[in-house]
Amino acid sequence: MAELNIAQALNAALSSALEDDRVVLLGEDVGTTGGVFRVTDGLLQKYGPDRVIDTPVAESGIVGAAFGMAVGGMRPIAEMQFMGFSYPAFDQIINHVARIRNRSQGRFTAPLVIRIPYGAGIGAAEHHSESAEAIYVQAPGVKVVVPATPYDAKGMLLAALDDPDPVIFLEPIRLYRSIKQEVPDEAYRVPLGVAAHLRQGRDVSLIGYGSMMREVNAAADILAAEGVSVDVIDLRSLVPFDAEMVIDSAQRTGRVVVVQEAPRSAGFAAEVVAQVQEKALYSLNAPVERVTGYDIVVPLRRAEKHFVPSVARVVAAARRTLEP
Amino acid sequence: MPMSIEADQGLYDYSTRPQRTPTPEGDPGLSLSDDTRLGLYTRLQELRQLEKRAYDLFMQNLVKGTSHLSLGMEAVAAGFGQAMRADDYAFATYRGHAHALSKGASMDGVLAELLGRQNGLMGGKGGSMHLSDAARGMMGSYAIIGAHLTLANGTAWSAQLRDSGQVTVCFFGDGTTNIGAFHEALNFAAVWDLPVVFVCENNLYMEYTPIDLITSVDHPAADRASAYGLERIVIDGNDVDRVYDTALRVLEKARSGGGPSLVEALTYRSGGHSRADPGKYRPAEEVKAWADYDPIIVYHQRLLARGFGEETLTEINNKVADQVNQATEAAKAGAEPELESIFTELWADGGSTWRN
Repeated sequence: MAELNIAQALNAALSSALEDDRVVLLGEDVGTTGGVFRVTDGLLQKYGPDRVIDTPVAESGIVGAAFGMAVGGMRPIAEMQFMGFSYPAFDQIINHVARIRNRSQGRFTAPLVIRIPYGAGIGAAEHHSESAEAIYVQAPGVKVVVPATPYDAKGMLLAALDDPDPVIFLEPIRLYRSIKQEVPDEAYRVPLGVAAHLRQGRDVSLIGYGSMMREVNAAADILAAEGVSVDVIDLRSLVPFDAEMVIDSAQRTGRVVVVQEAPRSAGFAAEVVAQVQEKALYSLNAPVERVTGYDIVVPLRRAEKHFVPSVARVVAAARRTLEP
Repeated sequence: MPMSIEADQGLYDYSTRPQRTPTPEGDPGLSLSDDTRLGLYTRLQELRQLEKRAYDLFMQNLVKGTSHLSLGMEAVAAGFGQAMRADDYAFATYRGHAHALSKGASMDGVLAELLGRQNGLMGGKGGSMHLSDAARGMMGSYAIIGAHLTLANGTAWSAQLRDSGQVTVCFFGDGTTNIGAFHEALNFAAVWDLPVVFVCENNLYMEYTPIDLITSVDHPAADRASAYGLERIVIDGNDVDRVYDTALRVLEKARSGGGPSLVEALTYRSGGHSRADPGKYRPAEEVKAWADYDPIIVYHQRLLARGFGEETLTEINNKVADQVNQATEAAKAGAEPELESIFTELWADGGSTWRN
């Protein structure tokens, strides 16, 4: 066991994955530089340039090549430098990666992983700071997962690589180096599609994922100190979605707050709310609350902290559900 | 053939690769007026001194977000900027401070935007990577590689349809030549004879990676020109006279209906890719050779050799220094934008609400 942050845990997972000769990393500056966030640091030196490939800036080309490798029996892992840089690859992801299994009646599959750092944190606005997970969730055929801890980061990346379907693997930029945790040295898997039940409570359910889990956990601490019994769920996986754990929690507490960093309208939180009202409406004691970013472009650094939902906003939303 | 890891250790440390140094050809001996030469020199000083100030403001943690400097590469923006008509259009990348300035954006506006202030070009909403100045035809800086080449075709096309005589100049880096949009844009421009000039600033590095390692040809832009029926043009991008002369020629060609051009200007980034990058992966001799062939050193020496007085040039330097100081004060004096400004200008009604 070693105490690792998320970036280090991902690096350990990639290093372990590369022991399989079918695994290839592709991306801009992933080799010599070790990636803009240094997640692939040292892997070129260890596994060589046939396996860790510094590509041109050409996201469509990177994902297209990864698709072909995957169809050809390899297990490629493509890195997009930032969420906004994945849009040039959008055509490949939506039209081909997500659909080849269905289109070919299962004759071809593209089991690949596309790693995308996402969310605010470096203060550079727009492309470098956004959370566009809902766009990928709307593409049937790709899984979308998002770890929030070093342990999950390693275990979910290895699980994503084992998965027979393509996986969009979102990495919260703000959390890369902000939390450390004991991570086993050996390879292990955290199954995709299973949420993490972080805290058991009776009064209110806080449901979040990825970059927002730090705020969600901090809000839970504050509420717990006030005597509120808080249930906390880290979804970890948006597709497939662990509806069962969420509905069970809603039925037990009757009060639900869903937290996402992305803009508010038609975001993933809206899907969670819809499922809660479909399956747990008669258990609810209060309207379901959403705490989200705003329906705007992610702003520059000074205003960024106002865009990202704060602990105070999460606490306030929970208190609203608890009002008599 | 797979590369041997042991045999190619050098691959993992670009600083031990063969250096790629400049090949100066000396004064091209153009017949330019004294005013033109001093204008080019002044512009070089403006771009250099302003970006040095931007770097200082960075170190004081006053610049919001990241930023990318074009120190060492100023001759390309300066040469083209001086050759362009006021109503011509310019597109630049996230490394676009120099291009905004050379198209006429104010120093105050650029510095204030870097500081994220209300008096910035975008009112403090865009930051270093998204500078634009619509009134001066500075159509924006773009942080998605390649996208703006296709956009530049659009403004060029509009000028062609309106018969306005405007030319669009689109600046981009060597890394852009390997993304699909580059090739789509060149083909469109060539097929429709668009009045557009594509200017590749080949500074030898795509972010952190040497461009030659990931490109199929030696000259990432110029060696692709023939695929689109365009002339192969490679110029010394650190010689502002040569840049200016080339700019005049390709701008006139585009303006007179002769269609697009693709210019590859060889230059070098003095520093790293961005704020976070010290650029240590480059061979020290290479960095030194290009530092010695700095566009301002080159031009300063040329002007002295051509009989301009040292005091004339010093006077320009000092005047620009005063302007940069004033712009710095003006930028710092600017108010922070109201927080509410993040909710403005998303839709035509000025707001950001589409439901609720």
